[in-house]
Amino acid sequence: MAAPIKSPGRVSAPGDGGVGDSPLRPDGTLKVAGEFAYASDLWIDGMLWGATLRSPHPRARIVSVDVGPALAVPGVRAVLTHEDVPGRKLFGLDDPDQPVLAFGEVRHQGEPVALVAADHPETARRAMERIAVEYEVLEPVTDPRAVIADPEGLKVQDRGGIVRHQPVVVGDVAAAKRAAEVVVAGEYEVGIQDQAFLGPEAGLAIPAEGGGLDLYVSTQWMHQDVRQIAPCLGLDEEQIHMTLAGVGGAFGGREDLSMQIHAGMLALHTGRPVKMSYNRYESFFGHVHRHPAQMRYEYGAAADGTLLYADVEIVLDGGAYTSSTVNVTGNAASLGVGPYEIPNIRIDAYGVYTNNPPCGAMRGFGAVQACFAYESMMDRLADACDLSPVEVRRRNAVSQGSRLATGQVIEAPAPLAEMLTRLEAMPMPPALDTASGTADLRDLPGGASQTTHGEGVVRGVGYGVGIKNICFSEGFDDLSTARVRLEVIGGEPTALVHTAAAEVGQGLVTVEAQIARTELGVQKVVIAPADNRVGDAGSSSASRQSYMTGGAVKTACEAVRAELLALAGRRLGRAHGDLAVAGGKIVSRAGGVLASIEEVLGGDAIEETREYHHRPTAPMDPVTGQGRSHTQLALCVHRAVVDVDVDLGLVKVVELAAVQDVGRILNRLSLEGQIHGGSAQGLGLAVMEEIVVSGGLVRNPSFTDYLIPTILDMPPMRLDILENPDPEAPYGLRGAGEPPTLSSTPAIVAAIRDATGRALTRVPVRPEHIVA
Amino acid sequence: MRDSEDMDFLRPMTWEDALAAKAAHPGALPVQGGTDVMVEINFDVRRPEALLDLNPVRELAEWDAVDGRLRVGAGVPYVRVIAELGDRLPGLAQASRTVGSPQIRNRGTVGGNLGAASPAGDSHPPLLAGGAEIEVESAARGVRMIPAADFYTGVKRNALEPDELVRAFWTRPAAGPQYFSKIGTRNAMVIAVCSFAIALHPGERRVGTGVGSAAPTPRRAAAAEEFLSAELDWEGRGPLPDSVARRFGDLVREAAAPIDDVRGTADYRRHALAVMARRTLAWAWNDHRAGTAGKEAS
Repeated sequence: MAAPIKSPGRVSAPGDGGVGDSPLRPDGTLKVAGEFAYASDLWIDGMLWGATLRSPHPRARIVSVDVGPALAVPGVRAVLTHEDVPGRKLFGLDDPDQPVLAFGEVRHQGEPVALVAADHPETARRAMERIAVEYEVLEPVTDPRAVIADPEGLKVQDRGGIVRHQPVVVGDVAAAKRAAEVVVAGEYEVGIQDQAFLGPEAGLAIPAEGGGLDLYVSTQWMHQDVRQIAPCLGLDEEQIHMTLAGVGGAFGGREDLSMQIHAGMLALHTGRPVKMSYNRYESFFGHVHRHPAQMRYEYGAAADGTLLYADVEIVLDGGAYTSSTVNVTGNAASLGVGPYEIPNIRIDAYGVYTNNPPCGAMRGFGAVQACFAYESMMDRLADACDLSPVEVRRRNAVSQGSRLATGQVIEAPAPLAEMLTRLEAMPMPPALDTASGTADLRDLPGGASQTTHGEGVVRGVGYGVGIKNICFSEGFDDLSTARVRLEVIGGEPTALVHTAAAEVGQGLVTVEAQIARTELGVQKVVIAPADNRVGDAGSSSASRQSYMTGGAVKTACEAVRAELLALAGRRLGRAHGDLAVAGGKIVSRAGGVLASIEEVLGGDAIEETREYHHRPTAPMDPVTGQGRSHTQLALCVHRAVVDVDVDLGLVKVVELAAVQDVGRILNRLSLEGQIHGGSAQGLGLAVMEEIVVSGGLVRNPSFTDYLIPTILDMPPMRLDILENPDPEAPYGLRGAGEPPTLSSTPAIVAAIRDATGRALTRVPVRPEHIVA
Repeated sequence: MRDSEDMDFLRPMTWEDALAAKAAHPGALPVQGGTDVMVEINFDVRRPEALLDLNPVRELAEWDAVDGRLRVGAGVPYVRVIAELGDRLPGLAQASRTVGSPQIRNRGTVGGNLGAASPAGDSHPPLLAGGAEIEVESAARGVRMIPAADFYTGVKRNALEPDELVRAFWTRPAAGPQYFSKIGTRNAMVIAVCSFAIALHPGERRVGTGVGSAAPTPRRAAAAEEFLSAELDWEGRGPLPDSVARRFGDLVREAAAPIDDVRGTADYRRHALAVMARRTLAWAWNDHRAGTAGKEAS
């Protein structure tokens, strides 16, 4: 069958920039102009529309399902339940424990129960409402601490109530408690943040010859999708051809499957193409969110602020299914006290099953929650020791050669103390001018809503530090694969780069082209659509694609270049060890320019495929948490300046400043965008973003009431980007997308505390917390 | 479970035809802009028997000065209220400035806000504070005028009969300072957690108020108005005693009957109303003392 309309094609990378330049991205103009084809724009003649009936209850026994009334609606082509799943009835990102369609029991609000395919989306939706499901409503399990206390009695799944308990044990905390001169303690909470990507889940499934499927979806990790889809559909993985459709943001929320198996079931059942496209409301139930956290911290220190011990409990609520809770819990444990040297540590990190909304991957992945707590603790320690927030952090900061809580030695540069010093030295924004009465309302807390002309406005300053693991951890070999082909097209040497890596808006394909230009000395680079006709690229998550797929493209280009130089040696009659490519030419040290690439290649093409692996990592010891579990570690530090209307509890973030060490800047424009965006997402968590849940039910599944920052909420940023290379990584780079998401949240909350004197132990901070 | 019968789409080109269509289809839901109605239709929150699209009715998109009052058609969008009426209706213009995004303000209208009658509608408090009247009309009985204070009858309910449509609102150009203030938990594009409008009417030695999103309907704070009208030094334009501002804030707070919901707690709403009442009063009184009419929306 022909490709659908609005499916992606080959893209010429604009500009001629190599590594270190800032060429524009191929999708930029299209997105700004509203012309980019997202997955929701996919279309093929004759397609049906799928709809998903979801559970209204967080926990209920399914007594009966009657699809008859739905099947009777004219225009309906299929109504499917779990009985129609062709293969395995369970799927899951790491662990197949999630029903494709619920059977026996529903375990969270919004859990899929039945599917409809119809000629028109509205028909599908109406028919869906006619499916009669009888539920016996059960009391939902919603308190994760209660589950820890009684994991057998309060189990949501047969397997028990706890997904993972990961301790970290270093030194002798009991002895250190006796020695500490200063003790500080706090309890902290993080609400459920949503990825809130702007392009809801969508895709198109087309029956293929031989009983297979062509799938066009917006996702983050195609090969892992196919590994989950195939067994449920009763297909071999080779029978599924998946192509990445236009992705409108991801942030972890597309790492789990959404509509993929459902559309596949409907397509196989009807023999027709089936499109599924969630609206915003459904999207809130169509993907996992950031784990909410409840955390108890106690730190002891010497009188000079030198940390002696940390005693920590972190509870992460994963909802009903495993998703990535195992690894989120591992991150929270291994990074639970942040980038500080602490000789005695006890951490207990728990991931728990409940009937609350399902949680999984989101930018920062377990490190975000802990960061809010440990940075709040550093501020408490500063207060108790009468030190500045910067000084207390500097005194305890890790550096190259330090050990993390897991015992892992930080082998690459980690100049945290220097980063803090540079941050502190950055100029401050001007004071708010309220005296003249001419302040623009939009510069004040409340903005154009005019809640103040300056009354009650107090400025505050706060600092935050975060450390994030880059690439997958704990022994996982998250490889990437790239195929690079060099040939002369239209008289010009052209590199075609083909990977399965998902461009989710982060700018990966731009960097791929830059790498190909640098390694091959060509200008013209074409990016093939990402699909599974090439090997696994791993997930577009964990800040890993520049490292892993960048590494794969670099390695494949090096192989192509070696072939090219060997060919040039043969054709030019020279030893190829002396040859290099530069500016589209074959050059030698002795002879200068010898030939152009097109002269050497002629009508030949050179194509190489390479896999790239990072250094192996080790699991965490299940009892002590020790182990070299991370590939790479990245630091970011933030300073936040806020104006708070202390009478109304409204906050205007005036400025965010950040220092981040990225090892090597590949594309400054994209990188700054990543730091701005990560900081904005952290700002959202600090002051507004929360899925509010009550009794397992989501109370605000819309952009009317789930608020994300606007341009009037996100301030201008000062950035200081350092380049201390990591010798293990391609070009020395360090993954950059997640670290700013960690540290902006605690910096902003610290600034609000500075302005208000309130303890503020929960994010997002709401106005009533400030005025209470 | 809704029925899947078709929904008519009525598109009169004149006011007369619109009234006739409403008389013939009393269950038709008027669309005046559509920024609220269409969201609900898209999410199937409601499925009226018909939509009555008033956007093509050109006379609704006009405003005029009649006998010293302004008559503003139900179809005048917020962007024009700000640009064309900001000098004469500063409180309403400030409120309009807080509605949604520029795209929403290009399309949304005060008429639509009145039709929806949401307690959180941004235009209601300044209409109440300014003593506006709503001109409604039916083909059978002609025009009647409803004071804004009598217009809102319940949560998302208004005083319209099934065959009536909102034609315009009438209000006097500001004769004194007016202010609108609204709490949202971000700095733009936010539904009111609660809101407050004040209008000084020095000629009548009277204060008008409007409270939004803090009761089943938008409402006046009548006791606060009465107290303040009597306490203010209208002639002498003396400074505002703190005790008066505080008492005014307390009375505004007492006029509210808010609930706890996902946007905020009842306690916070009451607290914030008192603060907004004091602040807006201070701004208005300072303007009055300085002889200025209040800020236009920027």
